[in-house]
Amino acid sequence: MDVLFSQLFAGLSLGSVLLLAALGLALTFGQMGVINMAHGEFMMAGAYTAFVVQGVVGSAGVSLLVSLPLGFLVGGLLGLLLEATLIHRMYKRPLDTLLVTWGVALVLQQVARDVFGAPNVDVRSPSWLSGAIDLFGIGIPKTRVFILALAVVAVVALAVVLKATPLGRRIRAVVQNRDLAEASGVSTRATDRLTFFIGSGLAGIAGVALTLLGSVGPTLGTSYIVDAFLVVVAGGIGQIKGTVIAAFALGLLQATFEYSTTASVAKVLVFVAIVAFLQVRPQGLVSVRTRSLA
Amino acid sequence: MSALDSLYRSSRARVIIGFAVAAVLLFGVAPATMSTFRLGLLGKFLCLAMVAVGIGLAWGRGGMLTLGQGVFFGLGAYMMAMHLKLADAAQVEGSGGVPDFMLLYGSGVVPGWWEPFRSPVVTVLAILVVPAGVAALLGFAVFTRRVRGAYFAILSQALAAAFAILLIGQQATTGGTNGLNGFRSFFGYDLADPVNKRMLFFIAAGALLVMVAIARQLMVSRFGELLVATRDQEDRVRFLGYDPAKIKVVAYAVAALMASVGGALFVPIVGIVSPADVGVVPSIGFLIGVAIGGRATLLGPVLGSIAVSWAQTSLSEQFPSGWIYAQGALFILVVAFLPGGLAELFTRWRRSRRTPVPDDGTATGDGGDPGDGPGPDESADITGPAYSGRTS
Repeated sequence: MDVLFSQLFAGLSLGSVLLLAALGLALTFGQMGVINMAHGEFMMAGAYTAFVVQGVVGSAGVSLLVSLPLGFLVGGLLGLLLEATLIHRMYKRPLDTLLVTWGVALVLQQVARDVFGAPNVDVRSPSWLSGAIDLFGIGIPKTRVFILALAVVAVVALAVVLKATPLGRRIRAVVQNRDLAEASGVSTRATDRLTFFIGSGLAGIAGVALTLLGSVGPTLGTSYIVDAFLVVVAGGIGQIKGTVIAAFALGLLQATFEYSTTASVAKVLVFVAIVAFLQVRPQGLVSVRTRSLA
Repeated sequence: MSALDSLYRSSRARVIIGFAVAAVLLFGVAPATMSTFRLGLLGKFLCLAMVAVGIGLAWGRGGMLTLGQGVFFGLGAYMMAMHLKLADAAQVEGSGGVPDFMLLYGSGVVPGWWEPFRSPVVTVLAILVVPAGVAALLGFAVFTRRVRGAYFAILSQALAAAFAILLIGQQATTGGTNGLNGFRSFFGYDLADPVNKRMLFFIAAGALLVMVAIARQLMVSRFGELLVATRDQEDRVRFLGYDPAKIKVVAYAVAALMASVGGALFVPIVGIVSPADVGVVPSIGFLIGVAIGGRATLLGPVLGSIAVSWAQTSLSEQFPSGWIYAQGALFILVVAFLPGGLAELFTRWRRSRRTPVPDDGTATGDGGDPGDGPGPDESADITGPAYSGRTS
């Protein structure tokens, strides 16, 4: 029973990390069909933001609370800059966007290496997050619980923005039918920019959260980006629901396979599972129904 | 002069002349003028260029952005490396035919899936068949369900990530992060001997020429036309009664085969293969040369790939971090602003020279050899109708 719970929690915890990383991706991919390979580097930027803030503030608790909004801002502004300079020229060429943003990712990684040095740096966790909560007879690290809660808050906040604000209405309109939205007076240009800002900002928050789990290095983003993309592919685009389910499903799957085999074999098995799943639902778990041929 | 001119204009003659020039350069000029070290370096570039030929076919002609060619490159490389390790171990007294690293890290027993690679024939066959088979299997699973575009790109990338992680995880049987290295002989030939090194270079050069010839035949064939049609208007191809999935699977499998052979020859020439050669980053790295040279052309990927490898070697010797900035900048500039690659510039320049009076379309009536590089109309296809077919 203990084993079951601890595996369940390991899966949920991994799922929450994946969710934080994939949420922003799902937003930008779903809205604009743009694959942003630099998303992982925006996470890295968020993580280094936390490192810098801690250097200035000192107190680990205060710096975490300051870093979260600041990480959002840093990630968001980077995303805005990328959208305004490169991506908006390339909406007709989604595959090429992938390669261009990969180039951006390479440059950002090297910038981080030159500014902060190649070795990893550490961000201290606040004292109120050290230790573990005892639940069903197993100890659960408080940092993991915090990240799970953060992921839930991020999802709820994003859902509220999408469902209940004028901006959210515009975003959903553009996702469903860009031309019709534009014809109805929605400024797709402004909507795109704001979506990119929010999506990239979420990456920044994810980066800050990752500092609680390990040290921060220039390649922090690359280790999460592939899994995050798999979540988006399996979850389907256009709705948060699919991303949430896919993130936790992949997290649980990975944890289960890891328990019965090894971490590296588990990765391969998860990949096979996703390809098999796409046989059943090629558009992912949840997809917006359209009359298009795709 | 006019006879020479008409000879130049005949596309078949031009191809033969092209191959002859390449053969003279690779088999005559290069070995005569370069040191053994430089020749080995060029041999390595040729192996990477083989991967590029395949990518040009799958991505440039077929529109399948494959971010996982490192997997097929790695499969070929590792199978060759396994054979070389086993063959070396068989020569060492007292090792019992067990490769050195297995005695160090592993149980000292050769695992069962290594055993077939003791045979050179099985190894060569496996290099030709296994990666193409894996690609066909994955392609069949994915393309028949009409998973395409970005989804396919992401899946192929995930495959590369999973493959590299798997290799790193199995330290005892794959060498882990160190990979496989320290080969002494290649099918019985001593690898330290400069003559044999030269022979390896000739094998690589010959293999590359054969692959370019295969790619050209595929491009000018009906298959090649269907492939381009599938890239630009997949639904229309389906409505005409063809199966786009089959067309794409063939192109993808051929690309995998080329990557595999490139990997297999890379191992004896370079002397090492490790997960760092096959993961996500090197897999995408293969693409930059293809993009620079001109993804949809025959020679663009080859020349672009060799140029990028050369630039990487000479730049990273002097400025280690400079190369990464340069690579990032190349991806951004070429893909965003010059999607046809340098071939596009070349074609524009040649057209402007041939027809001083600017006219649209009439200059394209000179045979329309598909291996000719993308004309203005064709390169527009890469950027325009290829994706604008989406109606939602």
